[in-house]
Amino acid sequence: MANTATVDELGHSPEVRGKNYLNQTAGVWSWLTTVDHKRIGIMYLVSVLVGFGLGGIFALLVRLELLTAKKTIMDATQYNQAFTLHGAAMVFLFIIPSIPASLGNFFLPLMIGAKDVAFPRLNLLSLYLFWIGAIFMLAAIVTGGVDTGWTFYVPYASGVSTTSVISATFGVFVMGFSSILTGLNFIVTLHKLRAPGMSWYRMPLFLWSLYATSIIQVLATPVLGITLLLLIFERAFHIGIFDPTLGGDPVLFQHFFWFYSHPAVYIMILPGMGVATEILTTHSKRRVFGYKAIAFSSVAIALVSFLVWGHHMFVSGQSELSSAIFSFLTFFVAIPSGVKMFNWLGTLWGGSIRFTVPMLYGIAFLFLFAIGGLTGLFLGTLSVDLHLHDTYFVVAHFHYVMMGSTAIAFFGGLHHWWPKMTGKMYDEKLARVGFALTFIGFNWTFFTQFILGTRGMPRRYYNYLDQFQPLHAFSTYGSWVLGTGFLITFICLARSLKSGAPAPANPWDSATLEWQTQSPPITENFEKAPIVTLDAYERPAEETA
Amino acid sequence: MRLDPIELGSFWMPKQSSTIAGEIDTAYYIVYWLDVVMFVLLMGALAYFMYKYKRRGPKDKLSDVTHSTVLEISWTIIPSILVIGLFFVGLKGWMQAMVAPGNALEIRTTAEMYMWTFTYPNGNVSVNELVVPKGQPVKLIMSSKDVLHSFFVPEFRVKQDVVPGTYTTVWFEATENRDTVLFCTEYCGVGHSDMMAKVRVMEKADYDNWQETGLLPGEKPLPPAELGKKLYATRSCNTCHSLDGSRIQGPTFKGVFGRTEQIADGSSIKVDENYIRESLLEPNKKVVQGYPAVMPTYKGLLKETDIDAIIAYLKTVQ
Repeated sequence: MANTATVDELGHSPEVRGKNYLNQTAGVWSWLTTVDHKRIGIMYLVSVLVGFGLGGIFALLVRLELLTAKKTIMDATQYNQAFTLHGAAMVFLFIIPSIPASLGNFFLPLMIGAKDVAFPRLNLLSLYLFWIGAIFMLAAIVTGGVDTGWTFYVPYASGVSTTSVISATFGVFVMGFSSILTGLNFIVTLHKLRAPGMSWYRMPLFLWSLYATSIIQVLATPVLGITLLLLIFERAFHIGIFDPTLGGDPVLFQHFFWFYSHPAVYIMILPGMGVATEILTTHSKRRVFGYKAIAFSSVAIALVSFLVWGHHMFVSGQSELSSAIFSFLTFFVAIPSGVKMFNWLGTLWGGSIRFTVPMLYGIAFLFLFAIGGLTGLFLGTLSVDLHLHDTYFVVAHFHYVMMGSTAIAFFGGLHHWWPKMTGKMYDEKLARVGFALTFIGFNWTFFTQFILGTRGMPRRYYNYLDQFQPLHAFSTYGSWVLGTGFLITFICLARSLKSGAPAPANPWDSATLEWQTQSPPITENFEKAPIVTLDAYERPAEETA
Repeated sequence: MRLDPIELGSFWMPKQSSTIAGEIDTAYYIVYWLDVVMFVLLMGALAYFMYKYKRRGPKDKLSDVTHSTVLEISWTIIPSILVIGLFFVGLKGWMQAMVAPGNALEIRTTAEMYMWTFTYPNGNVSVNELVVPKGQPVKLIMSSKDVLHSFFVPEFRVKQDVVPGTYTTVWFEATENRDTVLFCTEYCGVGHSDMMAKVRVMEKADYDNWQETGLLPGEKPLPPAELGKKLYATRSCNTCHSLDGSRIQGPTFKGVFGRTEQIADGSSIKVDENYIRESLLEPNKKVVQGYPAVMPTYKGLLKETDIDAIIAYLKTVQ
């Protein structure tokens, strides 16, 4: 493994040559008790990929059922469980922890030149809480499933559904603590452990996005916890909070739920934006255009995200005035997102663009996020939402944002940092095939759903009118292409682990700090604490000449 | 239930079958074209940069411009103005949709797992079928008996959640003399996707006639006994009274006409026209012995012709 020239260039002493965080100690126990942020990040990565696989299987089942207008492979009860578990697994087991807990955990300390996060043991606790929560969710699947939708709307979830709602919501409740602790850890780490010279404005923008995400995680997640606990109390002990037959208010639940879950949308997308920024700047070899604008737009999104939850409730029965105010505020989330978009394009302008696999994901991110963001304008426009609310248009919109943007950024980041994490390169050709099928299959599946939605097809329908069948079938065919794309990507990465070529320390010629140590890094990250003298993404003078 | 398909008015949207649909579609297309222009500009720039700045080699000249205050301010301010404009576009149609005209016909609407019940001003009731006059504003006063539901008619472009424990309202004025589809669009359980209903729009005169006689345009009046048979099913007589002699909640209708019944107070009565009429209007006055006094009154819910029809029908049940 030791590439002598590289090691020398990095200034590693002979004692650390050949050692890294993966082979420092061995055995399952050494992993389960580790406090190394990199190993914890890897364990998170494996966990969220399992969550993604689970959610993906449910997604393919849902699409398969919708191939025909009536029963295809399952009955209505099974279908309702399948779409609920698809949503719950994707949101809580994959997308919320995906980038922050896996890539974030691994790279946040590396990018600021730190040895670890501020509270390494707390970090391990986060992981265990995540696993415990996941076990409760899996237990719910085994003991009768859940059929409430991932939103757990009352009174259906509190009083009517006969499925394992308590186990599932308790699982989410526990995972919430994992999310809070990770957020807290990141905030403290960024404040206290930056290397000498690493000022706030010298941090890579991925870290600004993680900082903004962490703020939301710490502030919003407790509200979800309280809400789910109240739901459990209502269901188990008939304490009237939300159910009108017990004196409660079902619209109150929606306010509580979206007070978390709208900011949570930005827990999901902000890290994706951060990853995209790193990819675009590295692979165009160009310093980021509008550094401060991108940094502050992340913070602005985090703040405004707390003020727009009511746009999920335009037709819920909340007051007309509330809806009007929420619509107005919602449009202002578009501004910082737009600013980022313009700055990303500005970063590509005048660069030297290499179409590496991560860059393909980065460019796909720009394309898909543009569609996801622009279609949000329809839903924020009050009168148009009257028609589109709770139709497939909404399904298509949020898949473009959640999957087309965040998941694509996640896989882009995975390809970008894979050499650093594993010390192995992957087969570029195969990775490109996986990417191409994913990108085509994604648009095939979900663009179709915009058309279904505007034509009036409601969400969460098991049976549907015959007239929607051709488009539903078309969307289902797309899902098979999409599934194949991901399968090839996984095969490609698995083959890389087994037989990939050794990765150099800095295969992409990146300017950020995590590439200035060997691949994979040593347990302490850097042999000598780095001292930062350059601005973000700035290269040493002789290099840029 | 046979539901007619939703007719398309354009590639994207269903036919406009209400007065507000045009307003909402205008807003839709304003956003649509703004999005198309933005998307083409953004992706055009992306494609151009991908072509122009593709890596040629290590000697590529790199721009060292890292920001431009003028550009950054303009791409913050211009989109802000545009989205504020969109807010007002949406607000206009929204205000129209939220405020029903004062002369609207009010129909009480109840949603439950998994059916829609509509109660008209004169007490008529229809299930999974909403009948409205064309060219008159209609306001639905809605509530749910169990969980959340949502009222959505794609051709009308209106949607409103139906919530237990409170009333919500929605209004529309139908413009097309045709049938269309009503969906439940808030997930409500295993039968959610079957919770559809037919919306029948008809001329005012036909609507009035339907209210009076229960006859749809083109339908002939039924002979009394047949109308009575229909009412037996649609007005839920069949829930408590059997036709085959078996005991449900109330006495069977088999051979009921002309039968002598023991009344709870010990007297007896021969079932004739007057007793049936009285039992419909004041059901608990003379309850047959051995049966609970649970029948609701049909006073105000049945017209004289309906009562005659039920009597005629019961004479035929032997």
